[in-house]
This record gives sequence, structure tokens and C-alpha cells, in this order.
Amino acid sequence: MALKINKPGLSTSVQDLGRPGYFHLGIPIGGAMDRFAMRVANILVGNPEDAAGLEAVFMGPEIEFAKDCVVAVTGAEMPMTLDGEAKEGWSSFSVKAGQKLGFGFLKSGARIYIAVSGGIATEPDLGSRSTYPIGALGGIEGRTITEGDIIPVGNGDPSSAGQTVASRLRRGPGKPAALRVLPGLYWNRLTEAAQNGFFEDIWTVAPEADRMGYRFKGGRALEFVEREQPFGAGADPSNIVDGCYSYGSIQVPGGTEPIVLHRDAVSGGGYFTLGAIISADMDLIGQLQPNTSVKFVKVDMEQALNARNERRAMLRQIREELA
Amino acid sequence: MADIQSPLPGTFYHRPAPEDEPFKSEGDGVSAGDTIGLVEVMKTFIDVKSEIAGTFKAYVAEDGAPVTAGETLARLKP
Repeated sequence: MALKINKPGLSTSVQDLGRPGYFHLGIPIGGAMDRFAMRVANILVGNPEDAAGLEAVFMGPEIEFAKDCVVAVTGAEMPMTLDGEAKEGWSSFSVKAGQKLGFGFLKSGARIYIAVSGGIATEPDLGSRSTYPIGALGGIEGRTITEGDIIPVGNGDPSSAGQTVASRLRRGPGKPAALRVLPGLYWNRLTEAAQNGFFEDIWTVAPEADRMGYRFKGGRALEFVEREQPFGAGADPSNIVDGCYSYGSIQVPGGTEPIVLHRDAVSGGGYFTLGAIISADMDLIGQLQPNTSVKFVKVDMEQALNARNERRAMLRQIREELA
Repeated sequence: MADIQSPLPGTFYHRPAPEDEPFKSEGDGVSAGDTIGLVEVMKTFIDVKSEIAGTFKAYVAEDGAPVTAGETLARLKP
């Protein structure tokens, strides 16, 4: 009834699609950084799309299966073997009790999603199994996976093995990765030169980027429009009177290094946010390695909504082709 | 000659701390499981360990260099 973790990898965690509804209380939405990949992994093994799986970043775990099941791994490109035999990503395959799944070196992307038929059956917290270590919610005792963990798995459908997602329906970031941005409430805090510079420059992913936020370096520092310091705001021109942050919002403390707030981000604070990455591109951020190049691309609301619809259409097509 | 590869992408360091000596120098003995460097990513330092025993030859990736998963970090003579 379980998975045994022989090697944990790095910050491997149980994730589903998240726990929306508590952000106003400071509890982040959580869930897979690349929700598209998580959904597709679940579809491949015949699970509901919101079933829980494992998210592993940069390094794969080694998993020993205690029962027969169907497994699929999506997201980053990372070679894998089942008892030494090579297996393909974005495909479902049968696993027998006692077999071991291991991974080689990451080739592209950043995070893999491992779905198991029946789904991971740890106890949900606030309606989700997603692990939020800072708040000790979800997963195994609210923490990331460690060596020797035994992870419960539900009963699944063994008939879903042998399916593959066509390569045109897989999605990963380009080179440089293009991330579309909708300018937001505080856009007017920047000078016109800074507004243009933000989109002209090539940025690189900082090594400290994680589930809370992705930090970018290398572009020109942003210049602010002069103002009188508002009552309650900090003295730095990037400070505001404390406000709410949204998923995907881009704050730039001190005007130097943009941080995109991701699934485990704080819900508010005293930095201005120049805008937000559109929802259709948030999954791509989950697949960015440190030191990779990124270009921010300005879009308007109509383009953002069209992009969201395109993503939905892609997912619909996968559901139809794998049905 | 055997390569020690980076298990993951990040920033590679030769030393446990900036003021310390490198983990290994040319000619040092290496046992399986010895730490030869660190890779920093997501505010975490991950030990890079040699899987085999031998004699340390040289660092290939520079101290403080960005590295990718599978990149050769150091060489040793088994």
C-alpha cells in the first residue's frame, strides 16, 4: 500500500493542485509549481487531476514500490530507470511490488512530477495534501520527504499503463524563457526608462529561487518616480504602505532584483509589485534552473486571457487523447 | 581518471567556508563518501561526495562557478 523512499532527492515533497481559500490568512495556495505537469501525470495514471503526487526538484528520489501500480513522470527531462531498465517521461508504465525507480542527471527543466495510480494518500490539511514546510501543513508531518519515509498510496486503476503524451502537448520554457507580464497597480511608480528597461534586459534566475519566490538578476536597476513618502510606508522608493500580494506578482525590493512570488509565497507586505506574471506562464517558472536566461514580455489583459484559454485548450486535448 | 559530476545545478564551491582551505588538494587521498565540494541552490548547501576511492587530481569547475547537473566538478585517479 505504499512507496518507500530509499533516497529523498532534494526538497522532494507531496503536492497536489494546492489549498486555495486561505491566502487572506497568510496561508499560501501551495501545490505543484508546474500544475500542468502535475495534472498530466495524474491523467496518465488514471487519477483525478487533483490527486497528490511527488514534486522533486533538480534531483530525483529513489523509490521502492510496495505494491503493483501504474506510474508516470512528467515535467523536467530527467532520465529514469525501473530496476535498471530505462523508462520514458510523459508516459505511464506498470510497476510491480518490490521494483525500484531511480533517476539520472537532470537534462532540462527543473522539477519532475511523479504520479502513482490511486494517488498519494497522506492526510489532507485544509483540503489539500500539498506540503507547506514553513506552516507544517500537508505531506508527511508537514515536511519534505526524508530517507526511509513510507508514503501511503490509494487504490488505483491498473489499466492506464502504456499511454504517452505527444511531444507537441508537452510544455517547457524556451531559451531564453519568455515570461509574459501584465503591468499592475504600482506600474506608475517606475520612470518610463525603467518601465522599458525591465522588458529590454535579459535576466538570469538566481540560485536562491525556490517554491516561495523566483529571484532574477542581471538587468538594470529600476528607477522610481520621485514621491513624498506615504504615511506608513518604508523610506525606500520600492516601499509601499503594506498591501496584498497576488500569486505571480513581481516585487523588486530596492529596485534591483525582481522576485516572482510563487506557490508558497507570503500574502502581503511592504514592497511595490510592478505587475504579475500571467497565470498561463507560472508553470514555466517551475521549470527554470538557476543561471538560465529569462526575458519578460509585456502583455495586456486580453492577451493574458487568450493565453489562459490556450493553456486550457491544450489540457482539454490531452484529456481527449488519453481518454 | 574518474570524473566527479555535479548532482544538481547551482553554484559550486571548493571550500566549506570562504576562509577555509579547499576540501581536497592534488595528491590527497579520497575515500568513497568523502566530500569534495559544495553546490549551493535554493539557499541550501549540498555536499558533493566522491562515490569511489582514489587520489585527488584537480578541480575542473572553478570555485564559485555556476554549474549544471552532470557537469564535471573534479577529477581523481582511482
